[in-house]
Amino acid sequence: MYGWIGNMIRVNLTDKTIKLEKPDNDDLKNYIGARGLGTRLYTKEVDPKIDPLSPENKMIFLTGPLTGTLAGSGGRFNVVTKGPLNGTIAASNSGGNWGPELKFAGYDGIIFEGCAEKPVYLWINNDQIELRDAEDLWGKDAHDTTDLVKAATDEEAKVACIGPAGENLVKFACIMNEYNRAAGRSGVGAVMGSKNLKAVAVRGTKGIKIADYEGFLNAITDTRAKLKAHPVTGAGLAAYGTNVLVNILNEHGGLPVKNFSEAAVYPNAEKISGEYQAEHNLIRNKGCFGCPIGCGRVSKNKVNFKGIGEGPEYEATWGFGSNLDIDDFEAVSKANFLCNELGMDPITMAGTIACAVEMVEKGFIPREKADLNWGDTEMLVEMTRKTAYREGFGNELAEGSYRLAESYGHPEYSMTVKKQELPAYDPRGQQGIGLNYATSNRGGCHVRGYMTSPEVLGIPEKVDPDAIEGKPGLLKIFQDLTALVDSAGICLFTTFGIGLPEIAEELRTATGLNLSDEEFLLVGERVWNLEKVFNLQAGLSKKDDTLPPRLLNEPMKGGPHKGHVVQLDEMLTEYYQLRGWDENGVPGQAKLNELGMTDVAI
Amino acid sequence: MEKILVVQPEKCTGCRTCELICSYTHTGEVNPARARISVFSFEKIGFSTPVVCQQCTSSACMAVCPVGGISRDDNGAMTVNHDRCLRCKMCAIACPLGATLYDYVEDKMVKCDLCGGDPACVKLCPSGAISYQDANAANFAKRKEYAARFKDVYEEVG
Repeated sequence: MYGWIGNMIRVNLTDKTIKLEKPDNDDLKNYIGARGLGTRLYTKEVDPKIDPLSPENKMIFLTGPLTGTLAGSGGRFNVVTKGPLNGTIAASNSGGNWGPELKFAGYDGIIFEGCAEKPVYLWINNDQIELRDAEDLWGKDAHDTTDLVKAATDEEAKVACIGPAGENLVKFACIMNEYNRAAGRSGVGAVMGSKNLKAVAVRGTKGIKIADYEGFLNAITDTRAKLKAHPVTGAGLAAYGTNVLVNILNEHGGLPVKNFSEAAVYPNAEKISGEYQAEHNLIRNKGCFGCPIGCGRVSKNKVNFKGIGEGPEYEATWGFGSNLDIDDFEAVSKANFLCNELGMDPITMAGTIACAVEMVEKGFIPREKADLNWGDTEMLVEMTRKTAYREGFGNELAEGSYRLAESYGHPEYSMTVKKQELPAYDPRGQQGIGLNYATSNRGGCHVRGYMTSPEVLGIPEKVDPDAIEGKPGLLKIFQDLTALVDSAGICLFTTFGIGLPEIAEELRTATGLNLSDEEFLLVGERVWNLEKVFNLQAGLSKKDDTLPPRLLNEPMKGGPHKGHVVQLDEMLTEYYQLRGWDENGVPGQAKLNELGMTDVAI
Repeated sequence: MEKILVVQPEKCTGCRTCELICSYTHTGEVNPARARISVFSFEKIGFSTPVVCQQCTSSACMAVCPVGGISRDDNGAMTVNHDRCLRCKMCAIACPLGATLYDYVEDKMVKCDLCGGDPACVKLCPSGAISYQDANAANFAKRKEYAARFKDVYEEVG
């Protein structure tokens, strides 16, 4: 095969059997890879109603046809499972080198099923695949685990693993690969922990074949030139990483402050900005596999909480920064470094702490339980550590903000959609991102339809952030294109500089799959509908396509978008219509058939 | 003037694009294990650098080859004569940089050939960490950067 390898590994952790399988050709054509194909394979095999942390759950690590190739930023893989944070379909995406290495070993993906009796790790060395004892690794953080597994296998092995958070079934545990890259959201690390699977190490020395040698070379040369020439991918992200957004969102009036309770303008934003990081803490820019952007940051704390680590990225900087009223960049970095080492999603970690601080401040959580205050850096670091180990109040934080707030009788202080914490954009300053949050198939998330791109950054063209007209249609295109990008195995950040024509050309020349641009975009729509069907069958409904009441009812207190709330109802109705769903947001069989999904039953 | 591949580790992001395009150009597939350039990353401190044949003037590979199978071409690249090569692998063992490799797939010794004077890795490296230039010109840039530090001090004090 070209682009794809054509091999899948199936590992049954209960009876320790390992088998090889071939993916179905129609599935490859219709769902491409990674997020799309993973969701297809997963939904064919798993009952949507299962408990995510039970042995009945499965998890699929899957690359796309562009993963490991020369396609710009083609280093991505997805982990598809039912996530324990909110019970929705989870497709958690990571970069680094792990995905490409899996393909070099001769496989597109791995399906894990069952549950190991004792801790194990999987070692894939080209044709040799074996489950190994991991009892000595249990309890180790992600960095030590990576070192130990490499020492026990091959120095050049790429290691994906969980830290203590995954072992302790923290609902938002990550899977970390190459130390600091993460399949971050939805709690996929807890699923790994529930299966007693500590790590997956891979070493591969085989090649990936390309269908059209010259055509692909031209396509990737064109893509890479465009990414270098674009002001965001070629300059902004390279110079300041994703933290370039701190000042931009703050000036826009969309940088949430104190659990979204204040105007989304943070007076001390400069002190946590990418510009500040570059001047004071940045050691190096770091690129994932084959990436011409290189947004990764290696950062050094020199004064407080000393040490070196990766990040923080914009979302973590906001979460541990302005959302907790913390303007000490090194404290923010420390919390992020801890999340990397312990294996937790910093967005949900930060959002959960912010929710707890507000509830303590308002008297809903007694101070004897947790003496939490805005701006408290020591508290931040302590709570982050305690959460991973479920120590003291950390045991309650480990459940995420929704369960925490609900247990004290006030779920409205949880800034979540479908129980997953919102990222760093106040939707009262951006109507389109509000609709994206409400309709995202995995709950609160910015990388399912990044409306900040047109609404704030003006890419591909500027739209009025306060308008609702045209937003449902624009969001649908963004969601479908994102689903395609995530299925191809390339990074979403490429879409700042390139669009559907370039991505489709890379896919065509790499795989030989002769689909038109529009047919490739239809893959994205198919993936979106398949995810939606899974969620509906898992028990979600229209009432879950909403936002926290604060964003619908409490007008923004200041800044450029003062007085605004999210006008969700108006947009949602039109969105359902444009998707071809009924008034309850349910895709009918006719719609599924139109997408060629005749074997998917609603 | 003979040009060499000048590696600047301080600019390398560890993305391995050089490995990918090198293998693609020379083997037709994407496979870092068959690339003639490789990136080493010390992940925890974020340091990475490409390692590649420096086309040494006193070439250990050429000196050790028992059949005179390695010679310098017009671009200054040490190249392997595959018809003459015994696959004894002495060149790989002798190379102090570990930059000469045995390709298992094609059963031949391989090393950087400067792509015939137009290195593909240089064209695609996104951060400018690899350039193809005169060895002394490369040093000139470093000397200038060092001199600029004196200039800064001079300006501050003056």
